[in-house]
Amino acid sequence: MQLGVPRESCPGERRVAATPDTVKKLIKWGYTVVIEAGAGTGASIQDSAYEAAGATIDPTGDDAWGSDVVFKVRAPLALSGGDEGEDTHEVDRLKEGAVLVSLVFPAGKEALLKRYADRKVTALALDQVPRISRAQKMDVLSSMANIAGYRAVIEASHHYAGFFAGQMTAAGRTRPAQVLVIGAGVAGLAAIAAARGLGAEVYSFDVRPAVKEQVESLGARFLLLDVEMGEGESAGGYANIMSDEFIAAEMALFREKAKDLDIVITTALIPGKKAPILFTKDMVEIMKPGGVVVDLAAEQGGNCEVTEAERVVVHDGVTVIGYTDMTSRLASHASQFFSTNLTHLLDDMGRHDDFKVDLEDIVVRKALVAHEGEVTWPCPPEVEEKARVAMQPPPKPEAKKEVEAHKPAPVAKSGGFMSGLITAVVGVAAMFGIGLYAPPEFMQHFTVFVLACFIGWQVIWNVTPALHTPLMSVTNAISGIIIVGGILQASSGEVSLATLLGAVAMLVASINIAGGFWVTQRMLSMFRKEA
Amino acid sequence: MLENAQSMPTVLYVVAAVLFIFSLGGLATQETARKGNLYGIAGMVLAIFATMLDAQFMSWNPTAQVLVYGSIAIGAAIGAVLAIRVAMTAMPELVAILHSFVGLAAVFVGWSSYLHPHGGQASGAAFNVHLIEIWVGVFIGAITFTGSVVAWAKLNGRVSGKPLLLPNRHMINLGAVLGSLILVWPFIEMSIGAGGVSAFGFILLMIMSAVAFGIGWHLVMAIGGADMPVVVSLLNSYSGWAAAAAGFMLSNDLLIVTGALVGSSGAILSYIMCKAMNRSIWNVVFGGFGTDAGAAPPVEGEAKSADDCNQTDAGEVADLAKNAKSIVIVPGYGMAVARAQHLVREFSDGLRKKGIEVRYAIHPVAGRLPGHMNVLLAEAGVPYDTVLEMEEINEDLPETDLVLVIGANDIVNPGAETDPHSPIYGMPVLQVWKSTDVIVFKRSMRMGYAGVANELFFNENTRMLFGDAKDSMQAILAALTGKAAA
Repeated sequence: MQLGVPRESCPGERRVAATPDTVKKLIKWGYTVVIEAGAGTGASIQDSAYEAAGATIDPTGDDAWGSDVVFKVRAPLALSGGDEGEDTHEVDRLKEGAVLVSLVFPAGKEALLKRYADRKVTALALDQVPRISRAQKMDVLSSMANIAGYRAVIEASHHYAGFFAGQMTAAGRTRPAQVLVIGAGVAGLAAIAAARGLGAEVYSFDVRPAVKEQVESLGARFLLLDVEMGEGESAGGYANIMSDEFIAAEMALFREKAKDLDIVITTALIPGKKAPILFTKDMVEIMKPGGVVVDLAAEQGGNCEVTEAERVVVHDGVTVIGYTDMTSRLASHASQFFSTNLTHLLDDMGRHDDFKVDLEDIVVRKALVAHEGEVTWPCPPEVEEKARVAMQPPPKPEAKKEVEAHKPAPVAKSGGFMSGLITAVVGVAAMFGIGLYAPPEFMQHFTVFVLACFIGWQVIWNVTPALHTPLMSVTNAISGIIIVGGILQASSGEVSLATLLGAVAMLVASINIAGGFWVTQRMLSMFRKEA
Repeated sequence: MLENAQSMPTVLYVVAAVLFIFSLGGLATQETARKGNLYGIAGMVLAIFATMLDAQFMSWNPTAQVLVYGSIAIGAAIGAVLAIRVAMTAMPELVAILHSFVGLAAVFVGWSSYLHPHGGQASGAAFNVHLIEIWVGVFIGAITFTGSVVAWAKLNGRVSGKPLLLPNRHMINLGAVLGSLILVWPFIEMSIGAGGVSAFGFILLMIMSAVAFGIGWHLVMAIGGADMPVVVSLLNSYSGWAAAAAGFMLSNDLLIVTGALVGSSGAILSYIMCKAMNRSIWNVVFGGFGTDAGAAPPVEGEAKSADDCNQTDAGEVADLAKNAKSIVIVPGYGMAVARAQHLVREFSDGLRKKGIEVRYAIHPVAGRLPGHMNVLLAEAGVPYDTVLEMEEINEDLPETDLVLVIGANDIVNPGAETDPHSPIYGMPVLQVWKSTDVIVFKRSMRMGYAGVANELFFNENTRMLFGDAKDSMQAILAALTGKAAA
């Protein structure tokens, strides 16, 4: 079969759907690969590199478009730059029955889907791949979001006239840049990591409290709201729309924070809907002049009120960046990730020899937008349901329970409560008995004994497991304290069996003391930290 | 002046007790551990001095002085020689034998205290209590003594690591314990009847001691070699309780406090060990582990032999190591036996210089003593911040290119997670099979101490390197440096 990679015609699109590495893999699987001349230019991949990998270069692009399988980044466009109604369209360059894999974002693109169906093209939308763990390696949205998040910080640093990291020099000192990342999804986390990497102080906010840990693991501070959050997370790991009260509290928090902020990066997207306005005009005005806002939601209307898509605007001294081509601005690595995601999808579909469009495969079915002359998007509800279930963490399999029954030490578990109860009863009874019969002097010692047990219990838990052997040898030496008994007995009078026994006790206890401490010292002096 | 200061010993006892607590507290981190040990030594010196004050050593007669100073000097000399000469690999044995000394001392102190109570003969209820204290102290001390001796013998191979399982062993133990407890009544009756020491009472005490020696021997004989870490820490605990019991019989608070500290320390260590093996303490003490595997259907792996797994040689391991980005080394008892830790350190240092990440993963029950592997690696000069615990490393293992399992078996057995019939099922293990490649250094296809077949050896990504760990490591080092020179 032939696999073609045409040049991207969308203005500003610099990514490409195949790299020499993935071409090599595709050829290994058995494909003949045709690349349109100049397809990789935007991503700094020259035609010769594709040729070296074994691909054929097609000067006109007709051959690439006419392949059995076509890899693209963006969905095909109308040729004359006109709207979907025009007669000349890139879809018509595909041959009938061809398989096209690209981004589609099918919502609101009925005309395009109809074109696919009319042309009898099998079209797979990468953006529709469900977020299940099996499909993670094909999840192009995540891999692109990662890039966008990183690039957002780089763009911000370009427009920000200061250091990210704090400086302390003979010429004065500067504070680290204060960065707020709104939305801690894949893009947000990438932005946090990049900003932290440059040395900024990073705060992050997300409606899903569960991401707090991830945010903090990257060294950023997670801003918390006092309001009851509820479940901010929907199936698939995207955020839900929140209540009015919640939004009000959120706004207040941002407004409060805005006066200290140098950089704001917004990444809040709600799938299939216009992006929520989270950073209003007045917040931008509260920010220090020279500040930068990067709005990664610009294409969906923007999270910031003053964002203009594809443009950089300056509002009240604050630069607001609304680029929608962040990933193209990192075209080389973006292409690498994108093309790898693509080949993973092809891998899932049977590579070359076993290639087929399997409607039973939930990943394929979800991504399929047109097939055999029919528009197949949106999916029928039962498929949606299946995908939704697949996104949930798998329920514990029934077999697990059976296994549980075979656990080797059930006594320890089931007997836990009973044995605990028995211990308690025996303990109380013993205490009672002691209280009844024991002489006061004994009670005094008993008090000391019990308290010492508790102190020991508290202290020992702090010992790091690596030091358990030294702990054992030092406690061993300390238990040589029995020597005290020996001394008391040996010195208690004239030589007798009693004093001799005491002397022997002292002798063996001294072995313990000297040996224990010495060997502990020997061991401890060996522990060293990497210089 | 010192004779007049009646409260002086007590004050010093308090200071000594506090120093002991500091000592244990100091061991919490590597940075403070050495100071902790010094606190312990200071506490001990102070305690001995205070005791001598307590016993009014200024007015001792020459015989008593010779007895006290002489036995301390001889004992200390023997202890120092032992400590200096012991090899780090023999640490478990040393610790075990030292425990036995505490037990023995407690027994002697108990006997001596019966013959000649310190501070004069008590009467009434106090006398009863004193007698019970002696009884308990001797009982625990005797069990500690023989138990530790057997543990020592098992650890250094003088006695087979296999559990000795007498028929009706639980009944024997129970009978012996009950018998010892019952004998305390005639012991008290006799002693009270004689108004102090009774010859027959002393004979009863001897009989009980003999029975307790037997219990200690029998208990530990019935425990398999793999459970020795638990046993050793349990005996550590007993030695503490024995000291505490001696404190009760001598009315000495310092002994009580210190004994209780040591006792709880050992108890916690045993608890941690048991948790690491997912077993209860009773299961370890009375388990006769690995013997009821007969109930499980025969494991397929048992039929497999060395021919069924991939074998490799030193050259290939060296190549794999050179091309890996991250390596994890899992040491086990086999490394200790072969004394390969220095070569392993050399190997990891060399690779680290080339920018390869080399880390060590320690399973809580690796080796024959809690923390045993850490000590060996420290001895070889491995920095402790590259030595990680099981929980820390397990999540990194899927991203690891190469795992070297050196003389470990049960702690890397996937059967613990997958095979419900396996006796070690449920025990947390190092998930080495998740890494890209696994090399297992092993002397032979023999099973681990738990006597369980290990599916890991037959995995596709596992390669076996048979032979003595030290020789293998030497060959790998030669292959590495040889190639670097060429």
